[in-house]
Amino acid sequence: MKNAHMKPMIRITRKVEFSAAHFYHNPRFSAEENRRIFGKCNNPHGHGHNYVLEVTIAGEPDPETGMVLDLKELKDILQREVVDRMDHRHLNYEVPELAGKIPTCENIASVIFELLEPRITQGKLYRVRLYESADLFADCTADGIGSNGKDAPGSIK
Amino acid sequence: MKVSLSRRYRFAASHRLNNPKLGAEENRRLYGKCNSPYGHGHNYVVEVTLTGPVEPSTGMIANLGELDPFVEKEVVEVFDHKYLNEEIAEFRNRVPTTENVAREIFRRLKNFPGAKLERVRIEETSKNSFEFRGNEAESVPA
Repeated sequence: MKNAHMKPMIRITRKVEFSAAHFYHNPRFSAEENRRIFGKCNNPHGHGHNYVLEVTIAGEPDPETGMVLDLKELKDILQREVVDRMDHRHLNYEVPELAGKIPTCENIASVIFELLEPRITQGKLYRVRLYESADLFADCTADGIGSNGKDAPGSIK
Repeated sequence: MKVSLSRRYRFAASHRLNNPKLGAEENRRLYGKCNSPYGHGHNYVVEVTLTGPVEPSTGMIANLGELDPFVEKEVVEVFDHKYLNEEIAEFRNRVPTTENVAREIFRRLKNFPGAKLERVRIEETSKNSFEFRGNEAESVPA
C-alpha cells in the first residue's frame, strides 16, 4: 500500500487573538464602485474586529520530548510574528506585509501563513485559520497544490 | 498553499427520522427519540466553504454581498421554520438525517457563480456535525 511505511501524523493547534481595524478600498475603482463592491466595509473611517487565529502544525512527535513542537515556542512565534505586528493596529496603514493588498480575511490569513511558514522549524505549518467573526473565517492550507511558496496572492492589480 | 473562505448561516427546522419501508418497532429501535411521531426540531448551523483564486482587485474568493443573498435564497428561506419531511420535496422520499440535509444543501449551493463550493458542514446541535464535500462530478464549478 502506498505510504504504508509512513507513521500517522499528529496535528497540534494553538489559538491566539488580536484586535485590529481595517476597511476595503481599491484606489483603481471609482468611489461608487468601491461602495458597490465593498459595501459597509468601504467606510473610509474603518471599522474593527476581534480576530481569532488558529495555527495548526503537523508532524511527528519527537521521541525524546513527545512533542511535535513545544507549544510555548509556538506561542512565542505567534506573539512575535502576528500579535506584535497586528494587535491594536490599523491593517491598511500599519502592517507593511499587507501594503497594496485589500485586508480581507483571505489576504490576512495568506500573509500570516507566509510570515509563519519559515519560522516553523519543527513540524510543518499545515493550516492557518483566521476568524474575522464567529461566522466568517478563511483557511490557508499547505498541500501539494500550488504550494510553490513563490506567489504573493492578493497584490492589487 | 490553498485558500478557502467559510461562512456560517443558521436556520431552525423540525424533522422526524422514519423510514416507511421499516415497521414501527424497527423505526423506533433504529432512530430512538428521533422517531417520535410529531417530529422535533433543531437550530441548524450551515458552514459553507468556498475555494478559488483570491481576486486581486478585491482580495476576495467570494463577495459576501453575493454569497449571503444566494445562500439566503437557496437555503435559509427554504429551510427556516419548516418541517423538513413535508415541506422540502427532497425529503418526501428520503429520511431527513443531517447527512442527507448536508447533501441536499450542497446540491442547492454548488452552482454559486464565481467560486468553487468545497464543503458544506452542518451542526445539527453543538455536539453533532456532518459534512459533505460532493464528488468530482458534483464539485466542478458551473
